Amino acid sequence: MQVSVRKNTSSKNDRAKNLTELKPGEAGVLEKLDLPDDDAQRLMEMGFIPGHSVTRGLSAPGGDPRVFRVDGSEVALRRETARRLILK
Amino acid sequence: MGDCHGCPANSIATLPPPPGFGAPPRRHIVAIVGPPNSGKSTLFNRLTGLRQKVANFPGVTVEHRMGRVKLEQGRDVYVVDLPGVYSLTPRTEDERVTHDVLSGKMKDIPRPDAVLLILDSTNLSRHLVLAAPVLSLGLPTLVILNMADDLKSRGGELNVPELAMQLGSPVALISAAKGIGTEKIFQFLSGATLGAAPTAPLIQLPVIQDIPKCRAWATTIGNKTGYHAPAPPLWTRRLDAFFLHPVAGPLVFLFVVLAVFQTIFKGAKPLMDAIDEAIKHSGHWLGQLLPNEALRSLVVDGIWKGVGSVVIFLPQILLLFLFIGVLEDSGYLARAALIADRTMARFGLQGKSFIPLLSAYACAVPAIMATRTIESKRDRIATILIAPFMTCSARLPVYILIIGAFIPDRNLVGGFLGMQAAAMLGLYILGFVAAMLTARLLKSTVLKSRRSSFMLEMPPYRWPTVRSLALRLVDRSKVFLYRAGTVILGVAIAIWVLSNLPLNHGKPPAIEHSITAGIGHLVEPAIKPLGFNWKIGIGLITSLAARETMVSSLGTIYGIEGDEHSPGLQQALRQDLTLGGAVGLLVFFAFAMQCMSTTAVVRRETGGWFWPAVQFAYMTGLAYVCAFIANRIVTYWS
Repeated sequence: MQVSVRKNTSSKNDRAKNLTELKPGEAGVLEKLDLPDDDAQRLMEMGFIPGHSVTRGLSAPGGDPRVFRVDGSEVALRRETARRLILK
Repeated sequence: MGDCHGCPANSIATLPPPPGFGAPPRRHIVAIVGPPNSGKSTLFNRLTGLRQKVANFPGVTVEHRMGRVKLEQGRDVYVVDLPGVYSLTPRTEDERVTHDVLSGKMKDIPRPDAVLLILDSTNLSRHLVLAAPVLSLGLPTLVILNMADDLKSRGGELNVPELAMQLGSPVALISAAKGIGTEKIFQFLSGATLGAAPTAPLIQLPVIQDIPKCRAWATTIGNKTGYHAPAPPLWTRRLDAFFLHPVAGPLVFLFVVLAVFQTIFKGAKPLMDAIDEAIKHSGHWLGQLLPNEALRSLVVDGIWKGVGSVVIFLPQILLLFLFIGVLEDSGYLARAALIADRTMARFGLQGKSFIPLLSAYACAVPAIMATRTIESKRDRIATILIAPFMTCSARLPVYILIIGAFIPDRNLVGGFLGMQAAAMLGLYILGFVAAMLTARLLKSTVLKSRRSSFMLEMPPYRWPTVRSLALRLVDRSKVFLYRAGTVILGVAIAIWVLSNLPLNHGKPPAIEHSITAGIGHLVEPAIKPLGFNWKIGIGLITSLAARETMVSSLGTIYGIEGDEHSPGLQQALRQDLTLGGAVGLLVFFAFAMQCMSTTAVVRRETGGWFWPAVQFAYMTGLAYVCAFIANRIVTYWS
C-alpha cells in the first residue's frame, strides 16, 4: 500500500490518485505500476505504459471488475489491481 | 500498391523436388503469430479451408493447429496457427508454445521457414510492439495488417509501402474475414518458403525486453508511416452499454442461456427425426440385402442400430457448437467472463476460468487446453479439475434419451420453457454447482493461493463469419463421426458378439443367457443400490470409453431383445427402469468421469497421473453417492 505514502506529488490533489478514483468517462495519465514484476509486464503489454492516458469505461454489475480504455483497447481489471496503478 | 516492398529479389529459388522422386520433399512450415483478437484463426481458416488437421478442439487457438495451404505449381505449405500472445517472453503456457515453435525448440515441429505476423490495423501502434521481438528472430516475415475494412470505415490511415520500408519486411493490408488482400499472402508464401533471408530494417529494433521502449519504437514507426488511428468503435460502445448494463446485462445473459437450451431441444427435433427415419429405412433396406441371418443381425442390430443411435444426436451437438461459436467469435464471451468474474472469485477462481468452463459445455478436451491462458498455476489446475463437471455434448445423448423416456413433455412458464428442457437445464445447473463447490473446496485446501489478478482485453464486437462457423461445425462433425465410426462401432460390435454367445444348438441364446448378461449380472450387485439393472451396468461399462457409447450399447442390447414390434429404446427403458433409477442414472452421468480423452488430456496438461487419478476417483465416487441418494429420494416420493 504505497498509495497513501506518496503524498504531495500533484499540485491539484494532496495525494496520488489511482485508477479506481476515476469517474466514468474521466481520463488520467498513468505514472507508475505499483505491482509485482510479472503483473506489471503483462499490463504494460496490454497498454498500461507510464505516460499513457487511461480512461475509465463501463464495469461489470456491482462495479468490479472495471473496464479501462488505454492505448486503443479496452481492458478489464479488478479493483485490487486498478488500485495499484498510480496516476499523475 | 507496393506491398511487396522489401521482398528479397532472390525469392524465386529452386523448387523442392516433386513428391515421389528421390528424397521426400521437406515440409515447408510457416507460423502465424499475432496478439489475441488480431484475427489469427480467421486468417488460418481463410488460408487452409478444409485442409486442416482434424483438431480435437474448436475455436480458441490454444494448441497449435496445422493446416495445408495449396500454392500454385502444385506446391504445398503447412501453416501453424500459434496461440495469441502480446510478447515472446515465455510467461504463460501460450507464450511458451509460441516461443518454442518460433525458436525451433518445439518437439515434432521444425523451426518455421517463415512467419506471418498478423496485427490489428485499427490498433497498430500497440500491436506493433510484438513486431520487434518477431522481426528480431531473423526469419522471413510478412507483416499482415488485418481489419483493413474497419480501419477504412472508421477513418484510419496508413502508408503501407513506407511501413514495409521501415520494418524491412513486406507488409500486406488485408481483411481476413472478408478475404480482401489475401493474394499478397499467397505470393509471399510462394516466395519466402524457399529460403530467402529478410532485408535489414531501416529502423533499429529496440531492446525487446523493455516494453516502454518497444512501445515508443512503435509510435515512431507509426509517425513515420503516417498512421492515423481510427475513431473508437462506436457500435462496440453502444452494445457494451447494453450488455454490461447493471440490470439488463445479467438478464440478457440468462435469456441467451435459456434460448440455447430451448433451441437445442426443439430446433433440432425435425433434423433428428429425419436422421432417425433414414437410419431405420436404410437398416431395413440393408437387412433385405443380406441373406445370412447372423450377418443380418450383426449389421442391422449390432452396427446400424448401435452406431445410428449415437449419430442421431449430431444435429443437437452441432447446434450447441454453433451457439458457442457465435458467442466466442462475436466477442460476447469476454463480456460474459467480465460479468462472471465476481461470482467466480467467490469460489476462488477468476473470470478467465469462465471461458474454458463455458467451452467445456461443448467438450472438456478443448476446455482443458484453453486453461493455458490462466497465469496462476493453481487456478489452472483447479479449472482443469472441475471442467469435466460442465455438461459436455457427449452427455447430451444420454440425457435426451432418459429425459425423453421419463419426463413428460409439458409446457412450463407460459410455453417458453418445456418441462423436458427444464429438466435438461437442471442437469446443466447441477454440473455447474458441483464444479463451483469443488473449486471452492480445492481453492480453500490443496490449491490455496492469494487472490489472483484478472486482466482481460475486451475485443470489439464483430460479426462472426459464416466461414469460421461452418469450419467449426465441419470439424466437430468429423470428430463426432470419427468417434462413432471407431470407438462406438467397435464397442457396438463387441456388445453384439457377446450378446450372441454362447451358441445354443447353433443358435444365439436369448439375451438373458448371453455372455453380456453374465458380465452385466456380475456388476449388478454394485449398481443395484442406485436403481440400475444389469443392462444399464453394461452401458456404464462401455461408457467409460466415451459417454455417448451408453446409448449405442443400450440400443444394441434392447435391439436384440425386441421382436418384430420392437418398441423404441425409450419405451423399452420405461418398462425396465424405475423413475428413481432413471433420475439416479442422470445424476450419475452428471458427475462421473467417463471419458478416456479427457483423462489423457488432463494427464498431459498437469504432467503426471496424480491429478487425473484424483479427478477420476473424486468424480466417480461423488457420482455413486449422489446417484444413490437421488434414487432413494425419488423412490421414496413416488
